[in-house]
Amino acid sequence: MTATLDGRRHARPARTSRRKVVKAVSLHTIAIVIGAIVVIPLLFGLIGGFKTTAQLSTNPFGLPDPWQPGNYTEVIFSGSFWQQVWNSVFIAMATTVIVVGLAAMASFVFARFAFRGREFWFLLFTVGLMFPFAVATLPLFVLLRYMGLLDNPLGVILPQAAFGLPVTIIVLRSFFRTIPREVEEAATIDGCSSFGFFWRILLPMARPALATVSVLAIVGSWNNFFLPLVILNDPGLWTLPLGVQQFNGQYSSDTARVLAYVVLAMVPALAFYSVAERQLIGGLTAGATKG
Amino acid sequence: MTRPALTDDRRGIVANPPGRGSPPAAPTARRRKTKGLLTITLFMLPALVLFCLLVLAPILLASYTSFFKWNGLGGLPTQFIGLDNYTRLLEDPVFKGDLGRGLFLLVMSLLIQLPLSLGLAMLLNQRMRGRAFYRLLFFAPYVLSEVITGVLFTMILSPDGGLANQILDAIGLGSLQSTWLAEPSTVMYSIFIVMTWKYFGFHMILYLAGRQSIPKELTEAAAIDGAGSWKQFRYVTLPLLGPTIRISVFLSIIGTIQLFDLVWVLTSGGPIHSSETMAITMFQFGFKRTQIGYASAISVAMFLISLVFALGYQRFVMRRDTEGAITTMRDQR
Repeated sequence: MTATLDGRRHARPARTSRRKVVKAVSLHTIAIVIGAIVVIPLLFGLIGGFKTTAQLSTNPFGLPDPWQPGNYTEVIFSGSFWQQVWNSVFIAMATTVIVVGLAAMASFVFARFAFRGREFWFLLFTVGLMFPFAVATLPLFVLLRYMGLLDNPLGVILPQAAFGLPVTIIVLRSFFRTIPREVEEAATIDGCSSFGFFWRILLPMARPALATVSVLAIVGSWNNFFLPLVILNDPGLWTLPLGVQQFNGQYSSDTARVLAYVVLAMVPALAFYSVAERQLIGGLTAGATKG
Repeated sequence: MTRPALTDDRRGIVANPPGRGSPPAAPTARRRKTKGLLTITLFMLPALVLFCLLVLAPILLASYTSFFKWNGLGGLPTQFIGLDNYTRLLEDPVFKGDLGRGLFLLVMSLLIQLPLSLGLAMLLNQRMRGRAFYRLLFFAPYVLSEVITGVLFTMILSPDGGLANQILDAIGLGSLQSTWLAEPSTVMYSIFIVMTWKYFGFHMILYLAGRQSIPKELTEAAAIDGAGSWKQFRYVTLPLLGPTIRISVFLSIIGTIQLFDLVWVLTSGGPIHSSETMAITMFQFGFKRTQIGYASAISVAMFLISLVFALGYQRFVMRRDTEGAITTMRDQR
């Protein structure tokens, strides 16, 4: 596209507007094609869940005939699915409270105090960004076995929180730094202690940033697979990804049934995404560009 | 963004920034300092303990156990074998294969996935109807867990009745049908396609954010100087996106080094090791065959690779971003 911006543009408005149409059409074509590539696998899962496995192989594209809600209702009325949802929710919530709480305290110190070795300690935390989680899984397993935390939700929660600290601290510190010093001075004059300032003024003011890092922590925990796989043996403790994988192994020949399970397992994540989209994207881009 | 100057005249704040050491003469100053230190310690300690215990200590523990032959039983390993695990690792064809496969995925990502994401970011930066909707949609796969994505695509790529083969058949390309994940020659391409489906939206969002931080005046000025869309992109947008691109490349590399979940669900590393990654080899030895010493050596190797890479990348590639106008601009956002 070489839409020139010199005088000719105004001389021949008809041609530019045709160009504009061509451009808009091609933009939309590309966007729709990519959108279809994203959506088709999801639709395949959603609609496939309403078919029987036999229908799936004879009629992969069309609508189910007849519709078979049985796959979905079976999952919805099964206790293990809801147990896994609850386990995932609990682990994600606990991880988030711990990582955001501890990171907020540490970031407060890094952002608003001058002390010897501050940059060293901060660097120590940011070094954690370079450690792939997978690297630590095996030694974590050995370590948690010593601590008696295998088959214990804490064995997933605490490492997740620990590995979430670097990015949370980086994002929160840069946000805490933007809160004007005058606010802190005013609080101090009014007799606020450091802790009072942190608790009663800084945290409430930092609500958007806290929301962002919380969303990041929740999504990270929700999708985590490797660590729960290694730590949680007891099916009663399984999170949703473990349940999906197990269900897939158990019914791998019954495609339609697995698809129904997968689709229902997607629902919480997609629902959460539609609510917290802004925070999630803000957090990812802030975390990535400020790291 | 102007960083608030760290003051030393507030209550509870250390009156002694590093490098400007004025000795605390008055007793009040001394008291202030201890009080600040107490607060600092109390606030930082919990995070520090958790971090050291569960992030740093495991790496040290793995370094230790990698010098032993150990099946994981008993308190600590006893059979010291020096560097044997490492020499074995260097001769292991599977591990060498892991490195090759990692490199393959990385090169494919850099050549296909990132340009695609960049292109789409530029597209969604245009004024067009439904832009917000497309943005939301393209990013959605990133939100789904690797396991869900993996299971869904196992079904799609399945040789009997899978959607992929059915589509090829329907559009008359039946000869291209394949047992995608069960065939050593296609399995890595299949994995790459699934990875791209899941992650392109994430990189796209990074580029969109980077693009939006570039002041409009710059492209406008280029346009006034007679630069067409392509030239504006090539000579203005692309260079200014440098920092974002470097970060997205960084994340791709770290992601490739630790790739586990998606591949585990899709193929478990098969057929016959043809899709194994370092993390999967580590998992096989550590948890399936209980050769903890050898698996630790793989962990340490992964750690060293990512550390050397990350330090080198920071030092030689991203260093550019810590100086010059681009960074200043980014920080002001």
